[in-house]
Amino acid sequence: MRWGVLQFPGSCDERDALHACSLLGEARLVWHEERDLSGIDAVVVPGGFSYGDYLRAGAIARFSPAMEAVAEFAAAGGPVLGICNGFQVLCEAGLLPGALLLNESTRFTCRQLNLIPADGTKSSAYARISSRRPTLSIPAKHGEGRYYAPGEVLDRLEENGQVAYRYVPGQNPNGSARDIAGVRNEARNVVGLMPHPEHAVDPLTGSTDGLKIFEAVAAAGVPA
Amino acid sequence: MAKARVLIRPKEGILDPQGKAVERALPALGFEGIEHVRVGRMVELEAEDPARLAELCEKLLANPLIEDYEIERLDGAA
Repeated sequence: MRWGVLQFPGSCDERDALHACSLLGEARLVWHEERDLSGIDAVVVPGGFSYGDYLRAGAIARFSPAMEAVAEFAAAGGPVLGICNGFQVLCEAGLLPGALLLNESTRFTCRQLNLIPADGTKSSAYARISSRRPTLSIPAKHGEGRYYAPGEVLDRLEENGQVAYRYVPGQNPNGSARDIAGVRNEARNVVGLMPHPEHAVDPLTGSTDGLKIFEAVAAAGVPA
Repeated sequence: MAKARVLIRPKEGILDPQGKAVERALPALGFEGIEHVRVGRMVELEAEDPARLAELCEKLLANPLIEDYEIERLDGAA
């Protein structure tokens, strides 16, 4: 498996993402001006503040040559993982539904929390499910992570099993609709989430659950 | 060049925590009776082809899923 990790001016988590990918295969950085993804089997759009996050988080990065290439890569079924700012970029690019808004608290949040892989789970049922399914311990750190989509879109995401990850009940750090932490596209090869699996790949930092998310993406977007 | 001003605001019904924070701060400063504060963004620009401004707003300046925009021409043109 050869991973490509995008790097924009203002990215700051691309090194950790590169490290995480290198634990699972080969990995290299893809500078934002590069347009050639040949030889790459999976793409990570990392966290940070691409192009300073001017205007809206992710709004400018989506127009980069590398993102044009990622859109083609995704359309061809290639697995893509967007983390935090990368999730925002994928939403702005229209590769994932919805948008990420300022946290309800208006404050930056930074904490370790638990995610439920929410494959096909409706919001009414997931609290019960979360008590018996193993959760993933992953850190989250962001100021604009409140997932939003219109109600009918949220219903459709739940019906299609496109809610990829939810915050454990009571741990929603940002006011996201229906506790959604991550979503995927209809074809299931593009996944985005606000928490940072790349910071949870070594026992030294308390959890290796993040690797499961990378592995799930490599297996074409099926949540861990 | 045509001068224009683009006003971008959060869509009706979407929680605007910035507006809420401003609203909550007002009574402490002696401003009573102010409600429904919404905080948006304003972009001023000069355009060679103002006919394309709406497209520019749809694609970049605003995210139509979460924001409404309004284009105001500053040179008297409609």
